[in-house]
Amino acid sequence: MSNSRSDQAATLPEPQDPNATDDVNATGGDRATDPLRPSDHIDSEADAGVESPRLGVVGWLRWGWRQLTSMRTALVLLLILAIAAIPGSIFPQRMADPNGVTQWKVDHPDLFPILDGMQLFDVYLSAWFSAIYLLLFLSLVGCVIPRIKHHLKALRARPPRTPVRLGRLDDHRETVRTVAGEDAQAAAAQSIAIAEKQLRALRYRVERYDDTRGFSVSAERGYARETGNLLFHLALVGVLVSVGVGGSFAYTGQRVVVQGTSFVNTLLDYSSMNRGRFVSDDALAPYRMTLDSFDVAYQPFDPNKSSSGQAGDFAANVTVSEPGQKPHKADVRVNHPLGVAGDRVYLLGNGYAPTITVKNAAGDVVYHDSVPFLPQNNSTMMSMGIVKVADGLPEQLGLQGFFYPTAAPLESGALTSVYPALVNPTLTLNVYAGDLGINDGTPRSVYVLDTGAMTQLTGGKTGVASIELSPGQTTALPNGMGTITFENEAPKGATDLSQSVKRYVSLQIHHDPSEQWVLVFAVLALAGLVLALFVPRRRMWVKATVVDGAVRLEYAGLARGEDPTLGAAVEDLRDGHARLLDADGSTTPEAAPVPEALEGPTPDGTPVPEALEGPTPDGTDPDDSGNPRK
Amino acid sequence: MNFDSLSILTIWTAVAIYAAAFIAYAFDLAKRSQVAADAKTAVPERELVGATVGGSGAGTAVVAGGGKSADAAPTRFVTARIGTALTTLGFVFHLAGTVLRGIAAGRVPWSNMYEFAMMGTLMIVAVYLAVNIWFDLKYLGTFIVGLVVVLLGGAATGFYVEVVPLADPLKSVWLVIHVFVATLGTAFFALAFALSVFQLMQARRESKILAEAPKTGPRFLATLPNSERLEGLAYRFATVGFILWTFTLMAGSIWANDAWGRYWGFDTKETWTFIIWVLYAGYIHARATRGWRGSRSAWLSIVGFAAVLFNFTIVNLFFKGLHVYSGLS
Ligand code: HEM
Repeated sequence: MSNSRSDQAATLPEPQDPNATDDVNATGGDRATDPLRPSDHIDSEADAGVESPRLGVVGWLRWGWRQLTSMRTALVLLLILAIAAIPGSIFPQRMADPNGVTQWKVDHPDLFPILDGMQLFDVYLSAWFSAIYLLLFLSLVGCVIPRIKHHLKALRARPPRTPVRLGRLDDHRETVRTVAGEDAQAAAAQSIAIAEKQLRALRYRVERYDDTRGFSVSAERGYARETGNLLFHLALVGVLVSVGVGGSFAYTGQRVVVQGTSFVNTLLDYSSMNRGRFVSDDALAPYRMTLDSFDVAYQPFDPNKSSSGQAGDFAANVTVSEPGQKPHKADVRVNHPLGVAGDRVYLLGNGYAPTITVKNAAGDVVYHDSVPFLPQNNSTMMSMGIVKVADGLPEQLGLQGFFYPTAAPLESGALTSVYPALVNPTLTLNVYAGDLGINDGTPRSVYVLDTGAMTQLTGGKTGVASIELSPGQTTALPNGMGTITFENEAPKGATDLSQSVKRYVSLQIHHDPSEQWVLVFAVLALAGLVLALFVPRRRMWVKATVVDGAVRLEYAGLARGEDPTLGAAVEDLRDGHARLLDADGSTTPEAAPVPEALEGPTPDGTPVPEALEGPTPDGTDPDDSGNPRK
Repeated sequence: MNFDSLSILTIWTAVAIYAAAFIAYAFDLAKRSQVAADAKTAVPERELVGATVGGSGAGTAVVAGGGKSADAAPTRFVTARIGTALTTLGFVFHLAGTVLRGIAAGRVPWSNMYEFAMMGTLMIVAVYLAVNIWFDLKYLGTFIVGLVVVLLGGAATGFYVEVVPLADPLKSVWLVIHVFVATLGTAFFALAFALSVFQLMQARRESKILAEAPKTGPRFLATLPNSERLEGLAYRFATVGFILWTFTLMAGSIWANDAWGRYWGFDTKETWTFIIWVLYAGYIHARATRGWRGSRSAWLSIVGFAAVLFNFTIVNLFFKGLHVYSGLS
């Protein structure tokens, strides 16, 4: 619970002296050392409220700026930001799920252009989303800069003057001690000197305020609370700036690499590449990477278990050659990207790349390649692929293939795959002849066959059976065009087919120099947050006055912001002080301590006699309200 | 009988014990109503001792009343303590069930929805019981244990999946850290949520008392702390939750950077984690904003926790994304 002024006004016990409240206010509202807050902050002096701006451009601008940097604006912008982020989780986003967007367009052709016009498929890059967070950060900067200035001053300021009537504060304790020697004044001064040392050891900043009425020390601690708050907010700006600037220097490329082949880290060698504005053509480090082999482990076959065939422990074993260095072996695994020359290489996917050879009628090889097939089902690795034979045959040929690592016939007679490993590898192909549509230079995906200008020769309604091959088998193409072979890639002497088909991996190569900065700022934000929320900012006073030849000691605390343990801290201070005073010996505890009954209001305002503050018989906390046990 | 079936048995035992605890706590609330009524007839004026309407409008200090008077002290709230004892017993079974599941799986027991629910509710109960050592929060018992019975029972019925080996992206130390801290943060948010609900109820009662309305709502509220104190407690739980959530967000990003090749991509689950983070940042601001402290900010804490539950259930089950770890198809 905060002990801000407004709360105190509400919880003060029966007022005895109406002016006393002012006394507290004067202390509480010490502008010099209090953290600076927007005017609608709960701890701020209530100002005139909705004061209308003075006429004139400057007046309006000032008013507008004050509105923008108010707590209410920050709050409303935060809530709007939360709401604005929701559509991005409902509609597929181009940045995260481009295929989903395409599908959505197909499913809702009428609605799509409208929603797309509202940038609902690019929510996080949209004008409206950007406007919200930019305003929020503008507000943040506007709010934080004056606070930094103020805080730097506060860090050098002296703790404020001891209030005249400490008893008016919520957390106030009192004891009286008998003077051992002759000089009561000296004993009082001595006890404050001891308190000063004690407070300093407790990491308070202290200041003595002695006057005719008595001796006192004023102490303040917890400046780190405000430091942490400022650090947190600034670090958020740091994160945002790092992300924004970093994007311009980042690049991400994707590349499929078939076992036994290499790729070179140059723009030309990527199948797709996104790069930031400031990534030049020659920014990529020229290294070469060869896929030597690919490891994967499959859960054993068991039709009754959902884990049957589940794949894991993927590892792409590669050889990396960097200029001027000896080639070295490395591996790329899920969760363990490989660092090469400032890039990070990720394993995104894998599959089978059956090696296919096509010969023309004369027996010349017109096509020979390992073709990456896209897995259609991860638990059986049934895969689909396209072979395009552009030259060397009477007509262009398109082959649409299915690959079954462990083929088994369905009841219908069609094939399916029942297990992802190579137990009974089978390749089926439908043959199309005609125009592949690649001659006019239009870019075509290697994974798509446009059959619009082609005639189907096998499979489907043609009445001619599809081509079906096992590794090592060769069969004739329709119309005597030639032959096709599904090569067996197993090393010589292999006893089974487990290595008969090559593997491929798809790699992502990512370079983002801002990552470290984002991390650094995020860690700073977290550290700032912990300080801002857990360090109590509080003031403490110890005052000694001579009353009837004895020393009367008062202890009081005042919270600046949330500080639920203030009461306990005041008591600890008193007890610690008493021990130090006992050790010092210039005063001794009074034989019969002043009755402490009704000494201060409880946190919720009821005066409760000290006697009730101990645990109740049933062990529950007496005020039942979450006050920490002492 | 293998470890997993033993775990299921233990979890259901825990649910049954929690249900019993719920009943005990419910009796406690009824009894509190009685105590409050007695206290009211005995010393009606106590109800408003020291209540002043805060001139600055920051809040009114209405004394939370009768239950605190010494009259009814010794026999007070025995049923609540029975409830807590049962909750502790349920917790032991719950913990055992979770550990057994971990042994059965040979890994940390928090990698699919069934396990998240098991672990998340375990954390809620753990934090609730731990906090009760320092503060008396037994009046939250019905609420918390009720929530746990529903979530744990529901998960064991609807989300159960047999143990399967971990998918590759989950094989990471970040699974251990990120998910653990997320469930812990959720537990703190849950307690803040419960306190905020009671805060709203208490605030209504207080304004009715001030308006001298004949009926002031559920009487057990008279035995609870005042709304301002409930708010203070809710705030403390929410701030701890917020820090844990901030860490969850960061740890998740570090993990995503290893597993998916980017630290942030507005995947649906990431988006909702972010939304929750912003909502709680809003809550923390609201409490520091004039005109928002009190009931308005309490609503934000409630909305925040609703978003946490939404993120766990609806987003996991129905939203498309990379976080497909529910284990349900
Ligand atoms: C990106 C947007 C923002 C986020 C995520 C954010 C988050 C937070 C958080 C978590 C706290 C609690 C930490 C503490 O009490 O020190 C806080 C406090 C605070 N924020 Fe922000 N904030 C944002 C923007 C702003 C803006 C724009 C302002 C200025 C109007 C602002 C002013 C404050 C103030 C004055 C506090 C201290 C509250 C108190 O006394 O308890 N914040 N903020």
